[in-house]
Amino acid sequence: MSNPDNLKYTASHEWVKTETDGTITVGITDHAQELLGDMVFVEAPTAGRKLKAKEECAVVESVKAAADVYAPVSGTVTAANSELDGTPETINSDPYGAWIFKMKPDNAADVAALLDAAGYQAAVDSEAH
Amino acid sequence: MPSLKQTPLNAAHRAMGAKMVDFGGWDMPVNYGSQIEEHHQVRNDCGMFDVSHMRVVDVKGDGVRAFLRHLLANNVDKLTLPGKALYSSMLLENGGVIDDLIVYFMREDWFRIVVNAGTADKDLVWMKKQAAIHAPQLVITDHPELAMIAVQGPHARARVWEALPGSKELSEHLIPFSAVEMGSMFIARTGYTGEDGFEIMLPAKAAPFFWATLAEHGVKPIGLGARDTLRLEAGMNLYGHDMDERVGPLESGLAWTVDLKSPRDFIGKAALLAHPPARKLVGLLLLDRGVLRDHQHVHTAHGDGEITSGSFSPTLEKSIALARVPNGVQIGDSVQVAVRDKMLAARVVKYPFARNGKGLV
Repeated sequence: MSNPDNLKYTASHEWVKTETDGTITVGITDHAQELLGDMVFVEAPTAGRKLKAKEECAVVESVKAAADVYAPVSGTVTAANSELDGTPETINSDPYGAWIFKMKPDNAADVAALLDAAGYQAAVDSEAH
Repeated sequence: MPSLKQTPLNAAHRAMGAKMVDFGGWDMPVNYGSQIEEHHQVRNDCGMFDVSHMRVVDVKGDGVRAFLRHLLANNVDKLTLPGKALYSSMLLENGGVIDDLIVYFMREDWFRIVVNAGTADKDLVWMKKQAAIHAPQLVITDHPELAMIAVQGPHARARVWEALPGSKELSEHLIPFSAVEMGSMFIARTGYTGEDGFEIMLPAKAAPFFWATLAEHGVKPIGLGARDTLRLEAGMNLYGHDMDERVGPLESGLAWTVDLKSPRDFIGKAALLAHPPARKLVGLLLLDRGVLRDHQHVHTAHGDGEITSGSFSPTLEKSIALARVPNGVQIGDSVQVAVRDKMLAARVVKYPFARNGKGLV
């Protein structure tokens, strides 16, 4: 699966979608779910929590391992995807649909400065060597 | 980085879409897509595992039984019929576990031992050192040229019989935990999943063809990921996790494999008798949401313990673990497990957690 061009990315494997109201939606990339394997548990941050960029704010656990999810930018959590409680495997089957949380960035320019799809792919490729 | 060791089935795994990982220096398949699907495949039908990284060691010569009586914590005198197998620990003088293994009685001058991959080299050094002292006439030969394929699941034996002409007549009357030779193959009714099935040793050069033949008969490949969740559900110990050289078998849920009744002496016996166990291995079932993992701390009313193997149980759809806890902890007790910044509730349960296709907890 290729990384959608309309999203932004972090080197720590989160994808970020900017919504029309300026909030952002965050999930983990196809590459990340592929590395982790079958998902069995997701712990998302609660709405209202203030996050600093690169702060650990969620955990995804596969059968194999637990992995931290980091805030892509500073801001405030506005929603968590409670549907993942019962169906964590949708992260495997639809990584770019299965969002984990939404947040309102403190500064929209921080989002613009994240990696684009090509930049993220380059980061993944360099990690493999 | 030193190059990874490969089994004879490496190319076959890649051709079947395996995700390969560094497993203790071996390039091994962790899954071929979904670990959970592979797990259910074995519980409900059957699947095959490449376990060629494990090592076969033959011990031959006069007096081999007397030597193994001394070398192993379980008593090889329980083995009287050719082909019969025994699970045992091999201990240090201080009672720590060097390895766990299966020993097969072949003939009065030949026993076959199967040891773990990661410990094979040190096991051989230890066995040869002990033989030099106690039984220098013995010949100890390891067989890295033998591949090993485990076929496990309720339909495993039937599929092997279809795939391997002549095998049914030889192996259909094998009782669990025994084996038979078939030409250059060795068919054992053993496994590490809690399901019926065979572990088959065969020459490396024959392994790719046999693997492909099993696949043609509908046997799905299963990665080491599912192997671990299957063995954990079945309540089987994993060396290096549930026991190692720093802990004895009596604190590792392996008392049933240690023969302290017979008058014979064995390496580690004096240490086991001198130091009665203060801890024991128990099963944990997580009641809160989350996943138990190795090394998490367990808080009990009798003191602290530690998870030795923790994962998600696909059969129970809950997280389970083996944990080493103080002796006072009892089945049914409520305990707390430290998971990141939270304390999660778990219950002490009897294990195995699942076997023969069914959850038991």
